[in-house]
Amino acid sequence: MAIEKKLYLSAKGITKTFGFGRQKTVAVDNVDLDLYEGEVVSIVGESGSGKTTLSKVLLGLMNQTSGDVYFQGLKRDISTQARKQEYWKNIQAIFQDPFSSYNIFNKIDSVLLDCINMRGGKFYPREKKIEMMTEACSFVNLKFEELTNKYPFELSGGQMQRLMIARIFLLQPKILLADEPTSMIDACSRATILDELMHLRKEIGMTIIFITHDIGLAYYVSDNVYIMEKGKFVEGGSADEVILTPRHPYTKRLINDVPKIYEEWDLTTV
Amino acid sequence: MANAMLEVRELSTKYVTRFNEDVYAVDKVSLKVDEGRSLGIAGESGCGKSTLALSLMGYYFPPLHYTSGEIIINGRNISGMKPDDIRKAILGKEIAYIPQAAMNALNPTRKIIHFIEDVILEHEMYVNKKDIYDRAKKLFETLGLPPEVLEKYPVELSGGMKQRTVIAISVLLLPKVLIADEPSSALDVTSQKMVIKMLKQLMDAGFISSMIFITHELPLLYNVVDDIMVMYAGQIVEKGTSHEMVFDPIHPYSKGLMGSIIVPEKGLRDVKLTAIPGVPPNLKKPPSGCRFAERCRFVRPECRVASVQLREAENGRVYRCIIPEAELREAYAREQEVQKHGN
Repeated sequence: MAIEKKLYLSAKGITKTFGFGRQKTVAVDNVDLDLYEGEVVSIVGESGSGKTTLSKVLLGLMNQTSGDVYFQGLKRDISTQARKQEYWKNIQAIFQDPFSSYNIFNKIDSVLLDCINMRGGKFYPREKKIEMMTEACSFVNLKFEELTNKYPFELSGGQMQRLMIARIFLLQPKILLADEPTSMIDACSRATILDELMHLRKEIGMTIIFITHDIGLAYYVSDNVYIMEKGKFVEGGSADEVILTPRHPYTKRLINDVPKIYEEWDLTTV
Repeated sequence: MANAMLEVRELSTKYVTRFNEDVYAVDKVSLKVDEGRSLGIAGESGCGKSTLALSLMGYYFPPLHYTSGEIIINGRNISGMKPDDIRKAILGKEIAYIPQAAMNALNPTRKIIHFIEDVILEHEMYVNKKDIYDRAKKLFETLGLPPEVLEKYPVELSGGMKQRTVIAISVLLLPKVLIADEPSSALDVTSQKMVIKMLKQLMDAGFISSMIFITHELPLLYNVVDDIMVMYAGQIVEKGTSHEMVFDPIHPYSKGLMGSIIVPEKGLRDVKLTAIPGVPPNLKKPPSGCRFAERCRFVRPECRVASVQLREAENGRVYRCIIPEAELREAYAREQEVQKHGN
């Protein structure tokens, strides 16, 4: 028997609806999700399938209509701001748009310093803080010396996203939620970012929830894949199982419609 | 020998910023697209793909300026023509362009048929609206679009349908060359497939004679086009057929680009993605030597001295590197060996 893994995050029967009466939309419909320590889980779906709503509920940015989220076996409590902040020490996110993820008035040093302060390093000597920041930057192949006294908007999109990963490295949350971190970046920088995310997992053993519309990408990074359609999980299981032997017609269609290289891409079935 | 539909000789264009600085976005690009062939242009963002597409139309408006070179469409040199003449005689009839966000160009207060009337009336004087409607209906039916779309407003259509409608409108006057600049990047996979299917249909049915397809999604490019051209910092770095380029690239940059391909197929998880470190050079002051030298794994001192010219490899492929083909291949083989041992 393998070593028993610790259950980190568990969502039971999450439902989120918007609007009332005839305009009622069910964005997330009775979703169950279990996340174990050190796992990488992908949630794949097309636009409008409710994956971002689910991620907001998991992050605590939005209250669910019904259902519960359990963190490390205890029911999550985010009723006050202080409790929310306590929760966010454990779960952090990287968002789709790197350009709007930063406060444009803060320099990069202060972005990283905030992370150190938040981890209880407020009274560390200055040298130690700089050492930590340099380490975080070199982790994502950026040079801290070149970044000091710069503002985030002076960086390219790929560099910004990597700086975001450097933040995560400093914060060391238990769970990282990556919501389409590479969709606004071209294919070449995408490889760099994925490599760094995987590095994060290998070095600190971080648990990652990966939300994406690109099924190939989900296959590359994750242990388990969940396919989401219209707010429901239609299929879930280990990555090899779901991608190589899909069962649900929606999954089959998704995989069929992605351009391929080694197999022939069948254009007739549209 | 096949008839060349579009031929470009050493085309250079630049952007002039508001501080009067020149940005050399397209630098001496030569290409040729034969009848019935399609050419794909790949590269990172900011490498000049979209600027090249705009420059190929010969229709320049500030901040884009023409510097030198020739564009020959179907035997006709358009490089010296006035913008107004180009709009009337070339755009739509000889060369059509689908921009990245083409569907946003549809005015939400007008029906689709009105856009079609606009296009036809601009180029043909005496046509009545009934004829236009019949022609449009016939075209839509051939392309597999429901003819009811003609009577609808753009807001009533889905994103994929809007994009396909725009493509149908762009080929109304049967252009020789179609330039598609990321036509499917804002769409989900199923709509993307429909758009691609339609583009292929256009080629097969003879609505267009040749196509230039621009994207950074390499698996898509591999499935759509016959030849692939890789651009870096405004220059062509390598050119070959799509199969050669994806499975057997020569230039280190193309090699890096092909190493970042992700497809949901067996064997992907064993492959290590290769990323190219660093950022592209600033095109305001392009480096004197090889433009890729800063990021290249095989950089040598002589790389930085003089600008590197395109050289020919076996079977008609061209690449821009001072290192001979055989040596590069040897280096790649060695790298693969090291990776295997690492695992």
